[in-house]
Amino acid sequence: MISYIFRRIGSGIALVAAASFIVFALMLANSEHVARNILGDQASVEQLAAKQAELGLNDPMILQYLHWLLGAVQGDLGQSWFNAESVSYLLATRVPVTLSIAVGTVIISTVISVVVGIVAALYRGWLDKLLQVVSVAGLVFPGFWLALVLVVKVSIDWGLVPATGYTPFGESLSGWLLSLTLPVFSLAIGAVAGLSQQVRSATIAVLEMDYVRTLRSRGLSEASVLFRHVLRNAAPPTLTVMSLNFIALMSGAVMIERVFALPGLGSIAVDATGVGDIPIVVGAVVISVVIVVIVNLLIDLINGWLNPKVRLS
Amino acid sequence: MTQALEPATAAPKSASAQRQGLGSRIASSPMAAISLGVLAFIVLAVILAPLLTRFDPSVSDIGQALLGPSPEHWLGTDSAGRDVFSRIVYGGRITLGGAALALIVAMAIGVTTGLFAGYFGGALDSSVDWVSNLLIALPNIMILLAVRAAWGSNVWLSMTVFGVLMAPGFHRLVRAIVSGVRNELYVDAARVSGLSLTRILGRHVLVAIRAPIIIYAALAGVVVIGVQSGLDFLGLGDVTVPSWGTMLNEALVNLYIAPGLMLWPGIALGVVNAALIIFGNSLRDALEDRPRVRRRSTSSAKQSAKKNDAVTPAAPEPAAFAGGQSPVPGFDEVPDGSVLAVRGLRVGYPSADGIKDVVNGVSLGVRRGEILGLVGESGSGKTQTAWAILGLLPSGGRVTGGTIEIAGQSLPGLSKGAMRSMLGKKVAYIPQEPMSNLDPSFKIGFQLVEPLRKQLGLSAKDAKAKALAMLDRVGIADPQRTFDSYPHQISGGMAQRVLIAGAVACDPDVLIADEPTTALDVTVQAEVLDLLRELQKEKDMAVVMVTHNFGVVADLCDRVAVMKLGQIVEQNTVEVLFANPQHPYTRMLLEAGLEDKTPRTRLLRPVDEPLQEAAL
Repeated sequence: MISYIFRRIGSGIALVAAASFIVFALMLANSEHVARNILGDQASVEQLAAKQAELGLNDPMILQYLHWLLGAVQGDLGQSWFNAESVSYLLATRVPVTLSIAVGTVIISTVISVVVGIVAALYRGWLDKLLQVVSVAGLVFPGFWLALVLVVKVSIDWGLVPATGYTPFGESLSGWLLSLTLPVFSLAIGAVAGLSQQVRSATIAVLEMDYVRTLRSRGLSEASVLFRHVLRNAAPPTLTVMSLNFIALMSGAVMIERVFALPGLGSIAVDATGVGDIPIVVGAVVISVVIVVIVNLLIDLINGWLNPKVRLS
Repeated sequence: MTQALEPATAAPKSASAQRQGLGSRIASSPMAAISLGVLAFIVLAVILAPLLTRFDPSVSDIGQALLGPSPEHWLGTDSAGRDVFSRIVYGGRITLGGAALALIVAMAIGVTTGLFAGYFGGALDSSVDWVSNLLIALPNIMILLAVRAAWGSNVWLSMTVFGVLMAPGFHRLVRAIVSGVRNELYVDAARVSGLSLTRILGRHVLVAIRAPIIIYAALAGVVVIGVQSGLDFLGLGDVTVPSWGTMLNEALVNLYIAPGLMLWPGIALGVVNAALIIFGNSLRDALEDRPRVRRRSTSSAKQSAKKNDAVTPAAPEPAAFAGGQSPVPGFDEVPDGSVLAVRGLRVGYPSADGIKDVVNGVSLGVRRGEILGLVGESGSGKTQTAWAILGLLPSGGRVTGGTIEIAGQSLPGLSKGAMRSMLGKKVAYIPQEPMSNLDPSFKIGFQLVEPLRKQLGLSAKDAKAKALAMLDRVGIADPQRTFDSYPHQISGGMAQRVLIAGAVACDPDVLIADEPTTALDVTVQAEVLDLLRELQKEKDMAVVMVTHNFGVVADLCDRVAVMKLGQIVEQNTVEVLFANPQHPYTRMLLEAGLEDKTPRTRLLRPVDEPLQEAAL
């Protein structure tokens, strides 16, 4: 198990390094217009050249990357090109917002999917058919469109929860929950649609295993067969889908933050993209990759722990 | 947008099904044909946009802002007075065109790498796999934001990059199928007969992957369309050209003034996505050739079982099933004093033409201290009979007639709880495959202790002591160590001993052993049979030994019943049956199974099914 953990952590680090390099290369492959972009149309050629040199853009790209990487491992993601603020500081305030949405969605969608998936797997028949149709419907509309509908209906028409804005957890617990309700639900609909199908098919697959019949032949109660043995064995494939889901969730959250005006990683990345503030964009992308890697690492570790063959090797 | 695509689920199960005509498959599935028609209609409308509307989608007229639908403006106008209908049909060009570009790029890359990685394997495979794992872990909108920040808004560029990010899905799908196909015989044959690599890949492999790719592309299309319109929705697209995403961005900006603006682009996205999902799912269903069998819930199965009990006569019509040969008289005898008595048992499964019976009126009985061999070839209904006695038929299967009595208790009609309390204590089960019959996630000790506590009400300490004693009794050298092991840590022979220990732990009256030695090595087989004989004597159990092996019967059993096509054709004591088999089928099985005969060049009489594994 120890070597398994180290292997996973190692590949996670390699992934973050490779991803940050790809993003860096993408951004700097087209950097001639950067100085013009910052200084405006009035700037002279000399001013542009000076700015270009100041930002280090004349160095070879690999050098710029290593320079950035050296700072990044010490927690310094550079400075905004426009207002010279520390990118690490700017992003640090944004991470809790995005994490609140993402983790909230994971919790809500997992609970609903497990219940729906198991019920569908056990009872099959018309209930199963109905749930399948409903879950296809959940995939039809993009999350951000559902978010728009929810804002118009729940917030504007019915006035139930605030339409936009974010209340930090430390300020007010109920305010925090209220400000998360609609964003989480608009993301969870699509997540449930995919995940409940996965729980359903994993549960059906385990129910057809030989050992389930043998466990039943020993007179175990249906509850202990289902909740102890079947769920335990259906968990690993479901967790694997959850880790893919989480990556999609980090994408979906960008649009959702926009709809609800939430100050998360996505919205700062979108704003920085609009003006071309490359260090912020790079920082936001890398942080979200790091979050994905950490979550996937956790899921891998849970999966490894659930599997005695991995745990004991 | 938040759903992840799982390539494996898009792959049909059998490779042969994929080789049937794709066109006829689509035509045979009405849902697939209809959704494909809807998609074609929308694409055509988008291409022919200038013919459908006379309005320029980008010309604004503030005086005409936010009008409702009218003969002039079919879907009304937006906040800048532009015609919504023309923006929808023209906007589809960006949304659907961009999505198509991303899909084509993803397919071109993923299919190529998948073909080569799957066909050649090795270092190429593992390095492409590493890259595809990297790409999968990137949150794609974030990467597209980076592209937009550096290169400006260019839908074709960002969709090309997005295509690269989507390629791993196609790669994994194709790679999995190709590495499966590569090992199939017809590909070997093509290689041996000197066909070039490109011909093999093009002819044989591409045909096998075509349908799964189309299915996956349909479902990936939903993701791509969501991301493309998502980017535009963020206001990062080219604002001078309409797309469904930019239209939704306008709806967001004007959310309080004109929430209705979200309606039409949302419907357009919804219709296209629904058509793609339904097309992909119904094509997959058509390819999987799912039998149109509706699985029933247990309650309805019980009801129809009761109904059938009343209607179906317990007596079978033997001649119809025994291949023209009537069963030998005495075939349905249930000895007096049987602790397990089965009379006229029928087991049915739903099929395309109603309930199909796989067990057709089986009667058998076993007394205490007696071992009955239940013999027959694969598919003769032996195992189904065994499962029916235990009340553990797979989903869909049910007892459609007859009676089962164990220790005086009549089983069909018994409540679930009452049946459960009999399992283990009155009737127990030893399965065929030792390794697949232990839960891989739990220690062996736990799997033994759990039923002891439930069925005998033992304390944790007593149950553990009893489990250890049982492991010792079935001849396991180091009970404590096995107790603390997981199933993957022990051998098949040991696993079968563990399963035997579990089966006899609660001292059942009746033991059903379903080919308990078939999966074991020959040396281990003899040991396990010895163990079963000892335990049977010691606990004075009635045993039903399901087997296809007359060696086991001769070795172990007192009486033997021969099954064919869901019926017992002959039943007698082992001595009489071996000395003087009456039924031709019995004679044939015996001749096929006896070792000391001179080898034959052909079977004496035609058999309707090949006999496998009839010999020891």
